[in-house]
Parts: sequence; C-alpha cells; structure tokens
Amino acid sequence: MPGYIGYLIWFLGAALEVSVVVCALAKHSFRRYLCLNLYMLFSFLLSVGRFYVHHQYGLGSSQYKYFYYSSDALLTIFLYLALITLYLHVFDEMKVEKYVRLAAIILLAGTALFSYGVVEQSSHKMLTGFVYELSQNLYFVGLVLTYVLWGAILKLRESRTQLIQLVLSLGVYFSALAANFALENMFPNLQFFTYIVPVFGCLLPLAWAYAFLRLAPDARMATARLAVVPR
Amino acid sequence: MATLIFLLSAAALLQFFISYCRSLIAASIRQPLSAEVRDVAGIPNTASGEDFARVIQLLDLCPERPEERGHIRAINAYFRLLNFVRSTLARLIPALVTWTEMERGQCTYFAAVTLDRRIAFSRDMLAQQIDA
Repeated sequence: MPGYIGYLIWFLGAALEVSVVVCALAKHSFRRYLCLNLYMLFSFLLSVGRFYVHHQYGLGSSQYKYFYYSSDALLTIFLYLALITLYLHVFDEMKVEKYVRLAAIILLAGTALFSYGVVEQSSHKMLTGFVYELSQNLYFVGLVLTYVLWGAILKLRESRTQLIQLVLSLGVYFSALAANFALENMFPNLQFFTYIVPVFGCLLPLAWAYAFLRLAPDARMATARLAVVPR
Repeated sequence: MATLIFLLSAAALLQFFISYCRSLIAASIRQPLSAEVRDVAGIPNTASGEDFARVIQLLDLCPERPEERGHIRAINAYFRLLNFVRSTLARLIPALVTWTEMERGQCTYFAAVTLDRRIAFSRDMLAQQIDA
C-alpha cells in the first residue's frame, strides 16, 4: 500500500486502534470486552511492527511480505477468538461456555487443515500461500459465525446496545472483507482493492470506539427493531 | 465459487449495514429534541424524510465532533439506500413505501439529534473560550 494516501490510512488505522483501547479504559469497559481490546492493542503493535519492517527492508522485500502475511493471519485468528468471546457474552446465561470453546477450536483447526489442503495441492510458496489462504477462509468463517450470532441475538432478544453494535460492526467488517477477497479472486488484475482492506480496517475501530465512548454498558434497546425483516 | 462467496458476502454486508444503521438510530431515538432544534430544523412533531437534506445542511454549518463523523456518513448512505429502494422496489411492493417513509423519518430524527449535540458542543466550546 504505497503512497501518501496509503500512509495516511495506515497511521489513521493505528491511531483508531489505540483510541478503542483508550475509550474502553475511560468508560470502564476494558475488562468486560478484554479480548476485543487486546485484539485492538495487538493490531496496533503489529501496525508499528509492519512500519518498522517496511522502513528497514522496503515495501517490495520478502521480509516485509513474510511479516505482513504472517501478522495478518495472526490478527485474523485473534479476531476469530474475539468473536468467540462475543458468543460467550450472548450465551453467558445458558452455561454453554465449554461447548462454545470446544466448537471454536474444532472449527479453527478444521479451517487451518482445509487451507493447508488447498495450498498443498496448488502452491509452491507454502508459508505465504498457507497464511493467505487461512486468512481468507477465516474471514468467511467469521462472517458465517457473526451471521449466526446475529440470528441468536435476535432470537434470544438480547438487548444490550453496546454488545449489539459491536457484533453488527464486526459483521459489516467480516462481510466487506470476505466480499473483497472474493472480488480479488474474480478480478486479480484490478488495483482498486489495494486500499479497501485498510479502509475497512479503519472503520471497525471507529465503530468500536464509538460503541465504547457513546453507549453506556447497561444501555438497552428493543432488538426486534433492528431486524431487516420486521418481526 | 468466488462468485458465490461474493454474492453471499454482499448480501450479508447489506443486512449487517442496515441493522447497524438502525441500531445507531435506535440509540438516538429516545433522546428528546430541544425546542430550538425543532424550530430551526422545521420538525414540529414527527420527523419526515423530506427534511433530511435541510437538517444535513444545518449540520454542515456546525463544527463537527470527530466521533460522530463516521456515523453521519453511515446514516447518509443508509438514507440514499432507502431512496433507491423507494424509487425502485417500492413501486413493485407497495408495503415498502410505508416502511421506507418511516425509516427516512428516523434518519432525519437521528440527524436532528446530532445537530442538537453539535449546538450544545459549540456552546460549551464558546463558553470555555470566554472563561479562558
């Protein structure tokens, strides 16, 4: 992502990631959504790390590519785990924590195996190919899981406004990235996609920072109002 | 396969986006509008979609608060989507006319609540500057 606009989006994204943690700390929501905040913190640290590697070796270097793709896969796994903690929030009264965790681990391992299987058959660059395939597949799995979680929120009439907005913004993020990956596969030569992922990378922390800053943790809303199909 | 994933993702994106915008609106709908903003925005009782453009113009005149910038844009995009639905799908499905009208009115209400906040924010800033 070279150029002035690229740097601007990069720094803006990093600043917004920090702002999520600051807002959560200021509003005493840090521990409540610990995994989400740790994800943002981790994401910020990796942004700094990427900038350092970029500065040291250059954008086109193999070191930067390895670091970028490896850190992207790590971030995706972290975001997947953050999503699972949102499941735990929604299902906390049902005492199914153990089963949710087990299912999440099995699904993650299954996605990793599937990605390995795809890469083993078709790619010579095993490591970068695997981490790219894993990220791509995890975004789609994340999208499906967020969709299921949204269905559960509507069904269980979950009314915590902050939790609802965190889940919905994550849904927008996952679906936009999954659509972007699919478009990249359909039209590999288009340069338009270069900025899409970083821009959506800015929108997620912006939405989360707003949710932490503006919404009280105990604020409630009628979930039935939010369904696209009226209930 | 990529086309199928794209179609599914785009459909999910649309649904999440609509629900997210409605959650933003729902969070603001309980806040009462000040009489001053009702007068300025021309919303005596119920907010209508026709007033949206005027309220947005008024919003542009006030100093913006950074944390609200993205949300006004999201609601603006949602309003345009509703206009698109009203001029296309709603002609085929008349029930959608009432729904889009109600949603457009709520978008206006959201913008008016934001205007109210911005006016209060500007007043605070001015008071701080006078005190300093």
